[in-house]
Amino acid sequence: MHEETVYDALDAAHGGEGQWAFGTGFDEPLAGVDTTVPEGIDPADLGAYCLMLGDDALVLAQRLTGWITDAPELEDEVAFGNIALDLLGQARLLLARAGSVGVLGRSRERATASIPDEDALAYFRNADEFCSTGLVEAPNGDFGQTMVRLLVAVTIRLAVLDRLRGSRDPVLAAIAAKGVPELAYTRDHAARWVLRLGDGTAESHRRAQAGVDAVWPLLADVFTATDVEARLTTAGVAVDPAGVREEVRSVLTRVLDQATLQLPAWPADEPPRGRVGQHGPERTELLGTLQGLARQHPAATW
Amino acid sequence: MTPPAPRGQNRDFGPSGARAVAGTVTDPELPVLTLADLGVLRDVRVEGGTVVVEITPTYAGCPAMGVMRADLVHALHRAGFERVDVRTVLSPAWTTDWITPAGRAALAAAGIAPPGAAPVRAAGPVPLQLTPPRRTASCPVCGSGDTELTSEFGPTACKALLRCRGCGEPFEMIKEI
Repeated sequence: MHEETVYDALDAAHGGEGQWAFGTGFDEPLAGVDTTVPEGIDPADLGAYCLMLGDDALVLAQRLTGWITDAPELEDEVAFGNIALDLLGQARLLLARAGSVGVLGRSRERATASIPDEDALAYFRNADEFCSTGLVEAPNGDFGQTMVRLLVAVTIRLAVLDRLRGSRDPVLAAIAAKGVPELAYTRDHAARWVLRLGDGTAESHRRAQAGVDAVWPLLADVFTATDVEARLTTAGVAVDPAGVREEVRSVLTRVLDQATLQLPAWPADEPPRGRVGQHGPERTELLGTLQGLARQHPAATW
Repeated sequence: MTPPAPRGQNRDFGPSGARAVAGTVTDPELPVLTLADLGVLRDVRVEGGTVVVEITPTYAGCPAMGVMRADLVHALHRAGFERVDVRTVLSPAWTTDWITPAGRAALAAAGIAPPGAAPVRAAGPVPLQLTPPRRTASCPVCGSGDTELTSEFGPTACKALLRCRGCGEPFEMIKEI
């Protein structure tokens, strides 16, 4: 078969259905990657863990895109768009990894067969099947609070993914290794913004401090391992979130000190909430925006 | 397997012929650059009559991957290779250090400053960088080294925005990763 234009080729590669409503659905993120699960790793646990990491990235990307057309400067908008795109790339790979080991939740009951696994997981799971943390789900707040949350969330994610480069699952290890330089770039960008705002004008300082005070309580359940994370940490696949706490605290303390912002008390550890499907109204609201088009027009084309 | 009658001028249906065809495919967002010069094309070989092409994403979220894949399939089909399998390799992760000297020259000629050396990672946690990244790009228009960073992010995932203090021209740069 010889296609005359690249569009024909894309269409043919996607079975001629032309269903591109979900953006880059024609590209399989793990095409040709060996997705065999190494001996001794429980595929259900591996998939569940990939959903945790993937949902965090997907949800944070969705929050950041809320700034498009609303950021103070065009450059900041471009930055949010780029950071969200990096996170979305990580989410696609991680959700595809979950799908490759058969962890699809109830998404397949709702998504048609032509929709790839990662899109089915993103668009056709309900709020109680998502396992992102409250930290990434919380509303953006103002620009200062958005930057503080981005700094905190990406500092944690960078520390986790940096350790996951040594995961016993080679696919997860490769996804993590790919994410590390991108996340390092984003973390430093967010840190420099928190510095500018904290050590800026009285108003920017006040707002950045309010952002810190709003974000810190969200750290209560992010360093507590779920049963899945505990089992996979023992198996050499996952990272115990408690193990990154000191590195995260040290980075955040340094940035806040230099930004002349007051470091709030670290909240006491609480059992996982978002990771095990417990969520507030903000997750439902966020998924309404994220999933609306795909749910209402599952066969839409553009 | 006997290859089908070739279309166009291609007569080499071995790995070197496939490599030559794949080597002509350009990046959809940086058309001055071939995928080979970008360091995205990792391997081209023939396995039992199928051309196997390995590509690696620049950024995990790079939306051009689907088009790159389709362009490679399209180019090889046009050259008469009937069976083509384009596979993604994730590891080792792409780095701008893989952009070839020819690729860097093509970028500069197109007004895009090529990247410097990618940051070298020491052992231990990724060090926090609280000052803006040092960019030592020369202006691709007037050649001046007196340039400044205007945005750490640009129109595509792989670019930052700079401005020349000499001629005043804004330009893009491939950021080191």
